[in-house]
Amino acid sequence: MLKEYRTITEVAGPLMVVEQVKDIKYGELVEIEVSDKEIRRGRVLEADGSKALVQLFEGSAGLNLAKAKVRFLGRGIEIGVSMDMLGRVFDGFGRPRDGGPQIIPERKVDINGNPINPYARTYPSEFIQTGISAIDGLNTLVRGQKLPIFSGSGLPHSPLAAQIARQAKVLGTEEKFSVVFGAMGITFEEADYFIQDFRRTGAIERAVLFINLADDPAIERISTPRMALTAAEYLAFEKDMHVLVILTDITNYAEALREVSAARMEVPGRRGYPGYLYTDLASMYERAGRIEGRAGSITMIPILTMPEDDKTHPIVDLTGYITEGQILLARELHRKGIYPPIDVLPSLSRLKDKGIGDGKTREDHADTMNQLYAAYARGKDAKELAAILGEAALSEDDKRFSEFADEFEMKYVNQGLEEDRTVEQTLNLGWDLLTLLPVRELKRIREEYIEKYLSDVRSA
Amino acid sequence: MEEGRIIKVSGPLVVAEGMSSARMYDVVRVSDSRLIGEIIEMRGDKASIQVYEETAGLGPGEPVYTTGEALSVELAPGLIEAIYDGIQRPLDKIKDLIGDRIERGIELPGIDRERKWHFEPRVKPGDSVESGDIVGVVRETTVVEHRIMVPYGIKGTVQDIKEGEFTVSDQVVTINTSNGTEGITMLTRWPVRRGRPYAEKLSPYQPLVTGQRVLDMFFPVAKGGAACVPGPFGSGKTVVQHQLARWADSDIIVYVGCGERGNEMTEVLTDFPELTDPHTGEPLMKRTTLVANTSDMPVAAREASIYTGITIAEYFRDMGYNVALMADSTSRWAEALREISGRLEEMPGEEGYPAYLGSRIAEFYERAGRVKCLGTDGREGTLTAIGAVSPPGGDLSEPVSQATLRVAKVFWGLDSTLAARRHFPAINWLTSYSLYLERLEEQISEITAEDFGDLRKEAMQILQEEAELEEIVRLVGIDALSVKDRLSLETAKSIREDFLHQNAYHDVDTYTSLNKQRLMLKAILDFHHTALDAVESNIDFDAIMKLEVRDVIARMKYVPEDEKETLNSVSRQIKSAFQDLAQAVGGEEVA
Ligand SMILES: Nc1ncnc2c1ncn2[C@@H]1O[C@H](COP(=O)(O)OP(=O)(O)OP(=O)(O)O)[C@@H](O)[C@H]1O
Ligand SMILES: [Mg+2]
Repeated sequence: MLKEYRTITEVAGPLMVVEQVKDIKYGELVEIEVSDKEIRRGRVLEADGSKALVQLFEGSAGLNLAKAKVRFLGRGIEIGVSMDMLGRVFDGFGRPRDGGPQIIPERKVDINGNPINPYARTYPSEFIQTGISAIDGLNTLVRGQKLPIFSGSGLPHSPLAAQIARQAKVLGTEEKFSVVFGAMGITFEEADYFIQDFRRTGAIERAVLFINLADDPAIERISTPRMALTAAEYLAFEKDMHVLVILTDITNYAEALREVSAARMEVPGRRGYPGYLYTDLASMYERAGRIEGRAGSITMIPILTMPEDDKTHPIVDLTGYITEGQILLARELHRKGIYPPIDVLPSLSRLKDKGIGDGKTREDHADTMNQLYAAYARGKDAKELAAILGEAALSEDDKRFSEFADEFEMKYVNQGLEEDRTVEQTLNLGWDLLTLLPVRELKRIREEYIEKYLSDVRSA
Repeated sequence: MEEGRIIKVSGPLVVAEGMSSARMYDVVRVSDSRLIGEIIEMRGDKASIQVYEETAGLGPGEPVYTTGEALSVELAPGLIEAIYDGIQRPLDKIKDLIGDRIERGIELPGIDRERKWHFEPRVKPGDSVESGDIVGVVRETTVVEHRIMVPYGIKGTVQDIKEGEFTVSDQVVTINTSNGTEGITMLTRWPVRRGRPYAEKLSPYQPLVTGQRVLDMFFPVAKGGAACVPGPFGSGKTVVQHQLARWADSDIIVYVGCGERGNEMTEVLTDFPELTDPHTGEPLMKRTTLVANTSDMPVAAREASIYTGITIAEYFRDMGYNVALMADSTSRWAEALREISGRLEEMPGEEGYPAYLGSRIAEFYERAGRVKCLGTDGREGTLTAIGAVSPPGGDLSEPVSQATLRVAKVFWGLDSTLAARRHFPAINWLTSYSLYLERLEEQISEITAEDFGDLRKEAMQILQEEAELEEIVRLVGIDALSVKDRLSLETAKSIREDFLHQNAYHDVDTYTSLNKQRLMLKAILDFHHTALDAVESNIDFDAIMKLEVRDVIARMKYVPEDEKETLNSVSRQIKSAFQDLAQAVGGEEVA
């Protein structure tokens, strides 16, 4: 029998102090019996002599200091894993949310996981075709990468993430990705959008969803992504599946973390976020990857809504410091009616170089990518100049680049919600657009490719 | 061994009582899982301990064992090609032992005790030796000769020395000292928080040639110097560090991945055995030691990793080598410091960092330098330290950047605008600096040619002019500029695109020798001068800009080093292109 304590001396915000306790362990799971019917959970944040500082996951409403009973469970927070998780929807703490039965776990696993030995990693290098040109062509995603979407409120990051989940495939295999979806503090409608989309396409059969909604306890969010990642690790590294993890919205997660930190009166880092936010985020993001000798993989797409579209906000900034690039959505493109509104210039996939080229996508991929990128950058500059000095100030060449930039946004970046382009289509589309420019300006492309591909496009 | 008791656990910090006999910075073993920790504060019999492993599951009442030793690294053959965690546990062996993930409570020595090395004496019985003297050598890898030195504090005459196959713990030399005989093995230990001693510190004077054009030409670092690479995320800090680890003309590389990505260490581990060192023709891994404490590994060990790395680097410096240490990123180390300081409830300084942040950073960079090593042969060694800095939001006014700028002599400022334009390395040529520039110029000219310094100065002038001219263009348009100014703009563009821009992922472009660097810059400036003359003799500017020889200049970066004839011919091609142009124009006039 576990010992029960009725010695709560303090409850403040998401924190609770229990005194005169024995044998408590840092990080262990705590059960609080608020009433006969209700058990809530928490975690030991500090074990100080006979005093335990406990973080409450489900809030403190209705908690009576004298009546509530506290039990220390002697283990960390765990999740039961099993293949039966597939097709199911859980809440942010791993309890069924879809009305289905409890799953019978194969095993229980601590949700914090252990760090991957860098010596055991395999460098990610297999091209994932998402069917979205702005990603496949210019910001290529590879298996095992962590590539966040930096978005803003009101921008279509959810449809984009759902489209990636729907369309992602590795060329040459018929194998589909499994999706592990972790939602933190998003609205019912947003969550429902994903669930319906997964149902509609049948993806739900290969999906596990952990959902903490905006009106669920904020503190519970701290464990939601770790539940999701533990499930993903089980599927990827024990069951050989290729898993795509979508985490949305990290901003809500970080706010929950800030709440706990503030309640503990820790010295804050930037904008009130705790100094360990980097480490905390890294302990999640680094769980993506490939491991030598394991068939499966974890590819991660965290979604962040940038407060006030501010790229230097600590949550965004620290994420950028950990992930392997970023896909940035731009309000300006969205206003122009372009979907997906991916701003390709500040977007970057750092692992693209090893995932493209002959045998992976096509030999001309790297060159055309650089050329499209440079041409678009120049076109945007020209447009900016024209905005100040007028069209007349542009040279003939600059005019063509400016035109190119418009066409590029309309035809290349812009595509349908259901449009699944093959990488060939994307590459050919790139060549199509490059015909708008004088050949002598195509300096970043090897002559042989110009001869081979440009004439094809021209004659077509 | 004394035993204390845990009274408090808070994240990576544990407080124990009953520790009166322990000393500051002693290593302790926490709980019966024997987690490794280090004492960082003492109050009465209470010790605050930073624990280098995950502390979940620890609680008050559990034992703490003292060891009486400071946190140390093991130094012996076997360091090269190793990959260690922040406290020198070998990650390859950990994988063999327990698999893909790092669990806690693993005890593995940094140096393999079983492996045998061929020890070759360099002294004979009867020779008198003192600390730092080389008594023998071991061929550790195809490129590194590991020199076994008389440990610090020992002096006497060699009584006995053996050649043959030995493990690191076998005694290879016996020395008669005034306090009796001392047996010496190939293994020594050194506490990481104390710099290793040397005879004398000297001023650095030789360039560390990196093969990176913007660095070698404009902002060179000296062997034994200290440089920093600050920049926002994605601006290219890690690529710069990796490029230096690959191509710098250093005998030994110590690469410390401190709180960064696991995949970046994997990249080094997969690439370095495949890549050839242009100086030795051997795989790069044969001169490299890796220390990896990735961002998901325990935060306290991140703090230690920097010291583990620099102590290993100093050890090779003491053998008389040129050693370069890269630390990516020192900001993560500073954050670890901040986190521990916060848990100790110390009075925070700026942005929550402890007040001693600046002095810790200064101490670290001061361990770099050119030194006269201990030992009677008077050999010299250098240790170059290059630290990446990751300022929040790229804003250099924050404490870690500021403290670093006060001590580092070279500043390679990475710029998000350049990175967003894919101008790599995104080193801002207007704000970056090297305080070694003058000192190294003579040496570099000796390696290349007299005109090296002049080429550099002129190119930099043109780049500065560009910044001013662009301002004008932005306000009133390009038409307001004179033809000469337009030429300057074009030349500046050529310097940027054809010289400064360097693709780390291109087989040839990734490394450029000093001689080729000079030829490239000379070609650009030759074109500039010849074009200036042509403009003065009223040759049409657009015709000059259409000259095909400009493509030849632009393609120089892709011409392999050994095609010397092609490289040397560019200046001639420029001359004849202009002659042809002048003739064509003259011809038209006649016709
Ligand atoms: N010299 C270069 N040549 C080609 N590409 C480069 C070069 N330098 C940087 N890049 C590009 O920039 C990307 C980001 O570089 P890097 O990973 O070094 O950034 P960082 O400053 O270390 O970022 P973080 O702080 O997030 O670690 C690389 O993945 C690569 O695509
Ligand atoms: Mg980096």
